[in-house]
Amino acid sequence: MAPGSKVFFRLTKPVIFLLGLAPFIYLLLNAFGLAGPGLGANPVEELQHETGRWGLRFLLMTLCITPLRRWTGWTWLIRYRRMLGLFAFFYTLVHFLNYAVLDQGLDGVAIYEDVIKRPYITLGMTGLVLLIPLAITSTRGMMRRLGKRWKKLHSLVYLIAILGTWHFFWQEKLDTLDATVYAVILALLLVTRIHHKRRQTVRIQNKSSN
Amino acid sequence: MLIRTPKNYLSSEITDESVYAKRRQFLKFAGIGVAGVGLAGINAGSVVAASTANSGPDVPGANGRILTGVKKSPLSTSEDANSWSDITTYNNYYEFGTRKEDPHQNAVDFEPLPWSVSVKGDCNKPGNYAYEDLVSPHALEERIYRLRCVEAWSMVVPWVGIPLASIIKQLEPNSNAKFVSFKTLHDASRMPGQRRRVLDWPYVEGLTIAEAMHPLSLIAVGLYGRELPNQNGAPMRLVVPWKYGFKSIKAITEIRFQQKRPLSSWEKAIPSEYGFYANVNPEVDHPRWSQARERPIGAGLFAGKKPTLMFNGYADQVASLYSGLDLRRNF
Repeated sequence: MAPGSKVFFRLTKPVIFLLGLAPFIYLLLNAFGLAGPGLGANPVEELQHETGRWGLRFLLMTLCITPLRRWTGWTWLIRYRRMLGLFAFFYTLVHFLNYAVLDQGLDGVAIYEDVIKRPYITLGMTGLVLLIPLAITSTRGMMRRLGKRWKKLHSLVYLIAILGTWHFFWQEKLDTLDATVYAVILALLLVTRIHHKRRQTVRIQNKSSN
Repeated sequence: MLIRTPKNYLSSEITDESVYAKRRQFLKFAGIGVAGVGLAGINAGSVVAASTANSGPDVPGANGRILTGVKKSPLSTSEDANSWSDITTYNNYYEFGTRKEDPHQNAVDFEPLPWSVSVKGDCNKPGNYAYEDLVSPHALEERIYRLRCVEAWSMVVPWVGIPLASIIKQLEPNSNAKFVSFKTLHDASRMPGQRRRVLDWPYVEGLTIAEAMHPLSLIAVGLYGRELPNQNGAPMRLVVPWKYGFKSIKAITEIRFQQKRPLSSWEKAIPSEYGFYANVNPEVDHPRWSQARERPIGAGLFAGKKPTLMFNGYADQVASLYSGLDLRRNF
């Protein structure tokens, strides 16, 4: 079973899928007192924070794939990227639904005012809305249909990651240590890309000047 | 009318602690496997029923020395108090960490006593006071108060304490004393959260002398009829129920009477978001979230929010303190 072989994917993909779903199942079990220590005195807040963090974690994992491929030469890693991206969307969507249904009780006016008046919610909501076209166009068919435009559209992920991290940073009352960790990881991931692009341009320039 | 006198209960209605303990023991023997889970459920139900009738020390999970001679107070709300577990595991107390569950975990080894409070400034009786010097001369009262956090959640807490006014009278402030400021203990070896400078330690809070003398202002030394748990601010803390929770400073080691308005810790940290008054006000939003509604802690996943009341429901008693003050500017 060589990495990158058909059998390899057939075995590892379900495992990664279950691992991706595990935090959600664990939260649900805790919420209904079926496993774990429960969600504490404020379960709605706990769900809000945890689903948000998981959304961001999966988004950052998605962004890890390309640099990892370059460093390791394991080009087949790309085959997991869509699933990670869709998990980022899934957790972000649950994060929003928890906010809209359990936290705000589907109070449309309150939600609208939050989105308009609270900058950190404006940022988060923008990120979620931008994730929707990416999730819809994540299928192989859409990739084919969009061709070159697919890559352009999906480069929105950088903006979304910045919005998400910023949203996390701004909602903290005072202690921004956790949010800073996410911001630093995101910054590193963006820097490796800029660095790579610059090297490529230098290479192309060198070639053309030769 | 927001003050209601608590309902009177016959002492026979309240489950005696020894009966309760025996029942627990019986259940331990009887409760095996699935049947045990069912029985434990029934038992928990009856204990909750007893605890709403009695906000005293028999509430499930309670620990700590039982305080004696505690009087009931007409200033208590008749709303059901939150559970011991809610009140002692969900705390904002950055001296023991910034996450809600941190104080419960990190304050376990804190030894509040012996304790001394340094009294300074414009008063006739400055000096160092032992905990007992400030607490023993006064009668303990139970005050069941609403607590509204600036983060838009709320609880109902059965404090045991002394009116702050009684302690202030004991210290005899003079006519220069326009404000009272308080400081929390600053000792990173006892309060591990102080190793990180998230706030400019020590924590400082303050009240106008009129606010401090108001009958609702309390120095709490207990919870549910027992001595105050460490994570709730042992051995003594302020409780000002019409203000956001951060005004109610914990583990007080200094009381100072002064002419100048003190700069409180949160105001110093983020002046655009936290003011000196910090009165609960549903009409003035925090810059980053609405204060119109609040989430009652302990109501479960599907309970939703409820409207926040002006001055946290204590408007009848305290609104006169602020007549003529622009509450939007003086947030």
